Amino acid sequence: MSFSITEPSPRQKWIAGTLVIAYALLTLIPLLWIIATGFKTPSDAIAYPPKVIFSPSLEGYVNLFTSRSRVTPEDLAALGPPTTWYDAIVRQYDMVITGPSRYGERFLNSVIIGFGSTFLSVFLGTIAAYAFSRFKVPLKDDLLFFILSTRMMPPIAVAIPIFLMYRQLGLSDTHLGMIFLYTAVNLSLSVWLLKGFIDEIPIEYEEAALIDGYTRFQAFYKIVLPQAATGIASTAIFCLIFAWNEYAFAALLTSGTAQTAPPFIPTIIGTGGKDWPAVAAGATLFLVPIMVFTILLRKHLLRGITFGAVRK
Amino acid sequence: MAEVILDNVSKHFGKQTALAEVSMTIPDGAFVVLLGPTGAGKTTMLRMVSGLDKPDIGDVLIGDLDMKGLTPAQRNVAMVFQQYSLYPHLTVRENMEFPLKSPLLRTPKTEITRKVAEVAEILQISHKLDNKATALSGGEMQRVSIGRALVRNPAVYLMDEPLSSLDAKLRADLRVELKNIQANLGATFLYVTHDQIEAMTMATHVGVLDHGRLVQFGSPREIYEQPVSIYAASRLGQPRINILPADLFGQAPPNATHIGLRPEQIQQGEGQDTLVKRVEHLGDQTRLHLTFKTHDLITVTNAHTALRAGDIVKIQPDRPFYFDATGARIA
Repeated sequence: MSFSITEPSPRQKWIAGTLVIAYALLTLIPLLWIIATGFKTPSDAIAYPPKVIFSPSLEGYVNLFTSRSRVTPEDLAALGPPTTWYDAIVRQYDMVITGPSRYGERFLNSVIIGFGSTFLSVFLGTIAAYAFSRFKVPLKDDLLFFILSTRMMPPIAVAIPIFLMYRQLGLSDTHLGMIFLYTAVNLSLSVWLLKGFIDEIPIEYEEAALIDGYTRFQAFYKIVLPQAATGIASTAIFCLIFAWNEYAFAALLTSGTAQTAPPFIPTIIGTGGKDWPAVAAGATLFLVPIMVFTILLRKHLLRGITFGAVRK
Repeated sequence: MAEVILDNVSKHFGKQTALAEVSMTIPDGAFVVLLGPTGAGKTTMLRMVSGLDKPDIGDVLIGDLDMKGLTPAQRNVAMVFQQYSLYPHLTVRENMEFPLKSPLLRTPKTEITRKVAEVAEILQISHKLDNKATALSGGEMQRVSIGRALVRNPAVYLMDEPLSSLDAKLRADLRVELKNIQANLGATFLYVTHDQIEAMTMATHVGVLDHGRLVQFGSPREIYEQPVSIYAASRLGQPRINILPADLFGQAPPNATHIGLRPEQIQQGEGQDTLVKRVEHLGDQTRLHLTFKTHDLITVTNAHTALRAGDIVKIQPDRPFYFDATGARIA
């Protein structure tokens, strides 16, 4: 058998495959451990040596979504047999469900704030990047550098001024405040990433559209936007990941109405002993939206599908 | 269809002069070919007319209307770009429908379908209409790009080397088709090419550009037979005009420094001896590379000539051009 120079040999492919799989396993183990912990009982979760094989339980998920209180055995007996499967689980510990937990609300806050700020970052980023890419903007390079410079320190370094400012403006613990904050942090990344993508779209497409009888805005909407879809999708993923996972500002600026899931999840642990399965369950569910979002936009992440119709 | 006038148009890009005081009247229904090497200002001129660039000084008029301040869409021009610039996310059909669907034209659906089918037929791309624009060969992209212009009926068609990447046969076909369309519709064309045959066969007028200046404007025969300068004479003619010292063949007019000889201006069989250096049989004609008093020149002879390298032929000039030291023609 002979091989071309550019095509790797089976041996090389085999080695590369092994390395990739090993790396994937290494990075996936913590994730798999979290998912597994969510399905353990509290005693299994803290067992030593750690249990890899265990009998799954939904206790973590039940505890995650409910508030419970302890009752005396007599009261418990007076209640009669449990009416639902989750009642049954809770009553093993001499407890009754008193209502839903705050997790649902906090999760919804995360969705509103995460997706809201992602939309705003990408929307503002796209129009700003288009302007920087196509128009003569006075002091363009300085402005771009200024935008980049907002990323030169960790955002949390300005936590105190922002805290005071938000309190004055009444933005503390509001959805809008958190959306604005995450947008401000993400905007420089968004402008720079998208400018790179839009720079790569040949200006001839728009010129052709202008000649074909369209206004500049129509050309932008009909020609540039579809071309920039790849860039917009990947920028959106980056923005969402940041806003979704952000902890420090969320812990500092939100406590009730607008509290997102990251600062909420650790508080679960205190409500009923060391409830690791409930924490793990909360973390697992918290991963789902971003995974779905990334998978949905994966097609756009494959670069190069739309390039090549202009002779270079 | 309309007359296009450029009045004293100048354009600079930084320190670079792209167009310098160009005045040109393109009559209604004319097919004007712009000639000149890269950087002569041909594409800039198309962009001035289209409105993609604005002149620093001077005016562009289309159909007696001053175009100042009008967008490309408002000017109602169609343009074929040198880079094909097909919309990559659309199919061939959608690309060709795009201008017809514009808010400017708002063509009815049936009319769009008919027009696209008709133009696709002419350009021999009917079978590719549902392909993605990116899934085409270079020649096909170029034809779609021509098609996108031809579906319209604009004031003027602007074409920037539209046939450059087609193979020889297709190029010959489309040359005829474009010329037919122009003749049938009475359309006005402003057309950039490097191709000798396109210029000679399609043009009603040829404009010769040199560093942004329009040095000569006239019919192709006029440019060929009465060039104003060495530069203009070199734009047309295959093989190129031979430029030699003026007194090489004997007496020359006063002030003449160069003599210009096109192949048909070199009479064979009479005059002075010259050495045949190389013979190229091209089929329909034969090119002779000659050495005359240490100067090389190229001419054309009978397709079935018996001449071979090393032979001696007699040549003499026949009504040659004479140019002065600045390159301007004096006789």
